[in-house]
Amino acid sequence: MTSPAFPARTSGRRFHFFFNRAWQALWVLPLPAWLLLFFAVPLGLLVAISFWSVVNYRLTPDATLSAWRYVLGLDFLWASFWRSYGLSMASAVAISLLAFPASYAMAFVAAPRQRLVLLGLAIAPFFTSYLVRIYSWQVFLTEGGVISSIVQALGGKGESLLNTYFALFLGHATLALPVVLILQTIALANVDRTGISAAANLGARPGAILFRVILPAARPGLTLGLLFAFLLSYAEFVSASYLGGGTFQTLPILVTDLVRAGQQWPRAAVVSLLMIASLLVTAFVTVLWAYREKG
Amino acid sequence: MPPHLKHALPKAFWIAGLALVFLLLYAPILSAVLFSFSADRFPSLDMSGFSAKWYAQVLTDRAMLEALWNSLTVAGITALIATTLGFAAAYADYRFRFFGQKAVLALALLPPTVPLVILGLAMLAFFSRIGIAGTLAAVVAAHVVIAAPFAMAVCRLRLAQLDKTLETAAQNLGALPHSALARIVLPHTLPAILAAFLITFAVSFDEYVISWFTGGLNQTIPVAVLTTLQGQVDPTIHVIGTLSFSVTLTLVLIALAVVLSQSGGAMSKEETS
Repeated sequence: MTSPAFPARTSGRRFHFFFNRAWQALWVLPLPAWLLLFFAVPLGLLVAISFWSVVNYRLTPDATLSAWRYVLGLDFLWASFWRSYGLSMASAVAISLLAFPASYAMAFVAAPRQRLVLLGLAIAPFFTSYLVRIYSWQVFLTEGGVISSIVQALGGKGESLLNTYFALFLGHATLALPVVLILQTIALANVDRTGISAAANLGARPGAILFRVILPAARPGLTLGLLFAFLLSYAEFVSASYLGGGTFQTLPILVTDLVRAGQQWPRAAVVSLLMIASLLVTAFVTVLWAYREKG
Repeated sequence: MPPHLKHALPKAFWIAGLALVFLLLYAPILSAVLFSFSADRFPSLDMSGFSAKWYAQVLTDRAMLEALWNSLTVAGITALIATTLGFAAAYADYRFRFFGQKAVLALALLPPTVPLVILGLAMLAFFSRIGIAGTLAAVVAAHVVIAAPFAMAVCRLRLAQLDKTLETAAQNLGALPHSALARIVLPHTLPAILAAFLITFAVSFDEYVISWFTGGLNQTIPVAVLTTLQGQVDPTIHVIGTLSFSVTLTLVLIALAVVLSQSGGAMSKEETS
């Protein structure tokens, strides 16, 4: 209710109210607006396109399930799907195991200041040209390359390691290791130190402290590391093409082939949505497990 | 380190693990630098000599220089927009309570989890509909989507260290919201803003999937590398790699130095406890 006795003050207050609201909106709105326009709308369009059809090589708005029926009925799609999923999961587990001693060293062996510097050096490669690093690995893995030369010098056969799972894993690790390292190290560094001391005072052996105090306490962060390694490996297509040599037909390769070679937008959209759905389910289950209460 | 923590395995085991990981991370970078100076066309350990001829070849290649110019333009504009939007979102989350706050945060953190191949595909479909596919503007619009979350995270972390009551106190003493922001919040957040700018620049400078989908004929450096990779062995990739490693590693290391110098105080608490 406006009070007639203080009209000026009320309008001043109202001005303040609108000024504050406008000021707040100025900060709150820009990023969501940008993301809605250039992120949510394109993804929404992709969902719509999965129901469109291709008539005379032209994408035509429609409401048909034909792309869904076609793609979901393909045996090789499901083979690709399980291959992609299995290989990425295997890579994620292997990367997590590989990173663990390093993260442990950064969290418990290094001094806090050293830890920050080491973490910085570990993350820096994540922001540098992934393509060139993959190209470099070819030099290591190819026949007559760095690894085979060393193996031959030691008296081994020294065959090419390209087109093997090891090469693919190396590609995945090149991409995901920095992220896994940072998540694991933060998780380990944040484990309550008094709990560790208490266990030690009560006579727990070092192995028991690691498995029964440190690992359970760091579980959420360690699991998130595993999840991110999976997300990154699952979506990655360069190492499958250039290190795996096309031996591993994964979903991202299928998506690009469908669009670039065949203009099959609706089918590519269906494969993409299938990938996103499987990512969401995996992320949901993993996060649920990571934060599950004990017992 | 807790005084009672005896490691389950000898210290050397954990340090060896650390060394192995660093070897994996830096071996391809060092190899690219080494072979960029090789006189041979094919990279192998029995190098015949050193030469800068591949550098000369790259630096006189017009297509490559054009790609470099495209990369720098796209990364510069992306970093500017992404840092502005990221700071605004971080400040909004720090300063205000508003309807849908959690939804906004979730939306802002979502882009890095969606596979870039799929984002590229979706953005190409969208940009062709609105008629900007194949332009550098499209690449910038897309890069901001993937870079802004990094900027927001970096700024938000820094803002978390700022006492919230300072700004309210200033406003209670009569400062208008913008002057409280300019005199208290901005100076405090400046290192993070700088770090966010450098990191978003690096993210955009090295992104290839979305640029490949949406950039059309406007190639950036990573797209040029991707196209070259599809061909034969080409020693110039090592040169491009070395040059782009120097750019991004420098940016990221400066960003880290800025962030570390600011958080030094917080970390030293643990040292003394």
